[in-house]
Amino acid sequence: MTTTALPTYEDATARFEPVIGLETHVELGTQTKMFCGCRTEFGAEPNTQVCPVCLALPGALPVANRAGIEATIRIGLALNCEIATWCRMARKNYFYPDMPKNFQTSQYDEPLCTDGYVDVEFEGKQYRIGIERVHLEEDTGKTLHVGGATGRIQGATESLVDYNRAGIPLVEIVTKPVPGLGALAPEIAKAYVTELRDIIRSLGVSDVRMEQGSLRCDVNTSLNKPGEEWGTRTETKNVNSLRSVERAVRSEIIRQASLLDEGVRIIQETRHFHEDRGNTSPGRSKETATDYRYFPEPDLVPIAPDPAWVAELKAALPERPSSKRARLREEWGISEIDMQSVANAGAVELIEETIAAGASPAGARKWWMGELARRANETGIELADIGATPAQVAELQKLVDAGKLNDKLARSVLEGVVAGEGDPAAVMAARGLEVVNDEGALTAAVDEAIAANPDIAAKIREGKVAAAGALVGAVMKTTRGQADAKAVRDLILARLS
Amino acid sequence: MSDLTRMSAVELAGAIKSKQVSAVEVAQAHLDRISAVDERVHAFLHVDAEGALAAAARVDKGEVTGPLAGVPVAVKDVIATKGVPTTAASKILEGWRPPYSATIYERLQAAGTVPLGKTNMDEFAMGSSTEYSAYGPTNNPWDLGRIPGGSGGGSAAALAAYEAPLAIGTDTGGSIRQPGAVTGTVGAKPTYGGTSRYGLIAFSSSLDTPGPCARNVEDAALLHSVIGGHDVRDSTSIPQPVPDVVAAARLGATGDLTGVKLGLVKEFAGDGSEAGVTAAFRESLEALVKLGAEVVEVSCPNFQYALPAYYLIAPSECSSNLARFDGVRYGLRVGDDGNRSLEEVMSLTRDAGFGPEVKRRIILGTYALSSGYYDAYYGQAQKVRTLITRDFEKAFEQVDVLVSPTTPFVAFPFGSRTSDPYQMYLADLFTIPTNLYGGPAISVPCGLSEGLPVGFQIMAPTMADDRMYRVGAALESAVGTFTPPAL
Repeated sequence: MTTTALPTYEDATARFEPVIGLETHVELGTQTKMFCGCRTEFGAEPNTQVCPVCLALPGALPVANRAGIEATIRIGLALNCEIATWCRMARKNYFYPDMPKNFQTSQYDEPLCTDGYVDVEFEGKQYRIGIERVHLEEDTGKTLHVGGATGRIQGATESLVDYNRAGIPLVEIVTKPVPGLGALAPEIAKAYVTELRDIIRSLGVSDVRMEQGSLRCDVNTSLNKPGEEWGTRTETKNVNSLRSVERAVRSEIIRQASLLDEGVRIIQETRHFHEDRGNTSPGRSKETATDYRYFPEPDLVPIAPDPAWVAELKAALPERPSSKRARLREEWGISEIDMQSVANAGAVELIEETIAAGASPAGARKWWMGELARRANETGIELADIGATPAQVAELQKLVDAGKLNDKLARSVLEGVVAGEGDPAAVMAARGLEVVNDEGALTAAVDEAIAANPDIAAKIREGKVAAAGALVGAVMKTTRGQADAKAVRDLILARLS
Repeated sequence: MSDLTRMSAVELAGAIKSKQVSAVEVAQAHLDRISAVDERVHAFLHVDAEGALAAAARVDKGEVTGPLAGVPVAVKDVIATKGVPTTAASKILEGWRPPYSATIYERLQAAGTVPLGKTNMDEFAMGSSTEYSAYGPTNNPWDLGRIPGGSGGGSAAALAAYEAPLAIGTDTGGSIRQPGAVTGTVGAKPTYGGTSRYGLIAFSSSLDTPGPCARNVEDAALLHSVIGGHDVRDSTSIPQPVPDVVAAARLGATGDLTGVKLGLVKEFAGDGSEAGVTAAFRESLEALVKLGAEVVEVSCPNFQYALPAYYLIAPSECSSNLARFDGVRYGLRVGDDGNRSLEEVMSLTRDAGFGPEVKRRIILGTYALSSGYYDAYYGQAQKVRTLITRDFEKAFEQVDVLVSPTTPFVAFPFGSRTSDPYQMYLADLFTIPTNLYGGPAISVPCGLSEGLPVGFQIMAPTMADDRMYRVGAALESAVGTFTPPAL
């Protein structure tokens, strides 16, 4: 094999056309597991959320969770899918210790939702991504391999299994193959997963957090020369962030182009994405893949959603996040990029509600995207869980607008609100943070500053108005920042005119 | 008081209720009988004397009442019983004590019955003779050198040996009815979904049906009414009340079958039944006609495909159901010496833990479900199943019940059919169609052939379990019950 340098991405996409496909797993946020009554809390002590059913004790039987079926149908509807009027769960048979039954209850040739699409916007253009199917299945347990160097099963001396996750409902969303994206394939892939995440979040059926694994993505990539048949695809797993979706496709395009350049055949295989290195390495080869021996799950009755119920669910779908964002962007008067950051921060609804509670769009956005986003980032919690409500933020902004708080004081009040000290007005009173508006007190402070700085006062009298800043600073100092700077400035100029 | 172990469940319940005898005395009498004869019969894999006496004491204190309060019951070892060893007669579950109970076991306890212990069976309910039990076969009380039927041979033999007046069985292809037939006892397979499968260690999920075993029809009906009915923990359970099977049995016992139409399946005639079996069946049919029943010949052309369809569906489901026995979470684990891979340990465990018939069926089912073969085998078998269901539905437009011998031959000697699996599978020739359809069927003793019992099968439409009890009780009133020679 020659050791030619890797082609550049631009070079690769100039000569080859990529076809991509995405398989996304979404862990549903149901209260209980898909086939038993066990709780689903993230991060619980290992093997504390288990029962005879999800441990697959002999004799135990599954019963389907209606909430899981409903959430799957709502996702399907939001992705413009057809909803099956009758379908069955299927058993996917393979041996693995993180699967208590040694089969996964899933769906095979009768998925709950089929044939939909998602419109994805990128740089002002729309791309339609076809949805092949949306089906319901259950999650497996988690294995921890101890004693090996890699943490993988190879070389481990002991394997520990936590079945808390086993049986949590998972929804798998599979796109149709997407050709024709050219060099934009990685970015569109990322935009698709982002859009999917936003849609699912708007449905309230999952918290869709990639870092916690409640949204997981596998990316299929193949290359072909223009006009030729599609190439052999690889499936890249372990793609655990939006950024990685883009990087995984990009690195796979470069890798495959380099092999094709050398005349090497692409093997259909599963590859592992490495976040740190930004590239993929081979995993299990699909050519020796297990025969899953799918067959309809005889322990569960078929799922036959009443069309009237499905129609109700459809009518009650929330506004599509992308059109909602376009509408709000218009209403708030902000740029596409600013809107994107609002969406990425999970702040769309929070800002919307803050405005509904009486704040101006600019004011609402300023607090959520500024002070509160900073705190959320620092503490690593979601903005929605920060401890301040839209109503409180609106009240804070009203106090600022009324001149009772300045920016600096408002931050202190917000700190109190987040710390659970009460609503803004109460925090302001308790902490004694109100702006000094008392005319008498201000006049005294101003006179004191003028008397203490005769040189500056003289300059202002001569018309050098810019010098007033120094006196404002002095007054703010004596009032411990609680004066309204504009009022102070006006007063100084009035006294010295 | 006459010999307590010879009394029926109805008589025992009455005697206990009227304080003629205590439930503890009844339990003790049966435990004593087990001690005396089970070494020779081997109906039980585990006797829970302590649990039985405690349950009986609760009845005597008046803590539990009901139509079967204080009546002992033997439970097939495929039913999960909390804290009581449950092995499905397999080495792979040796010593396993379930942390939970099957729904039907909970219902037995709530009704005040007195569980005596766990009965022997073919491993994972796969077999027709109990010869495939990993713990040795059960011997037929009629002739200890012969098989007691299977898979529920232990439950049937316990009844025939007067070790218990009632027993629980499970019927996937005939495992309640065929042992009933060859031991001269009554075995009923309820409508699929009429009794909960929750806690029944699965062999073939779409066929498995727990049901009652007894020495007479009314006792079976009472037990059926206690364990039957909807269970939210079993998604395939039917959300309807059990038909009044007890009233139907009592009605049948009056000996009047005027206007009842019995369907004789044309395709079952001359199907290799032993002459003695055919003769006993024919005589019983005449007895029923004398009670007012009418016999109509019906055609069920697809029944001939039942056996092959069954031996694709049941093994396919079993290959998946038994995948959980891997040594990871419970039961046997072999080869875990720190040097072997997980896969090797699973493989060694399953190799050591499963017996030959279980392995045969797992391999058969794995093959039938394989990609490329699925349509030709599993898919085709499901189509046959639909056709058989249609045969039943069409037949029931003309008749009230279908009748046949339960099994083509009487109890056979040990070892006579183990070398050729197909010869063993023929034992279920007449019982399997019902399982594929999902309807109820009962086997009632109807005579003897060369001194060994012959069973009469009555098949009814789904959720018309009461019909088979009526006809069964009428038959019993005409031909009587059959008592094996003293042990």
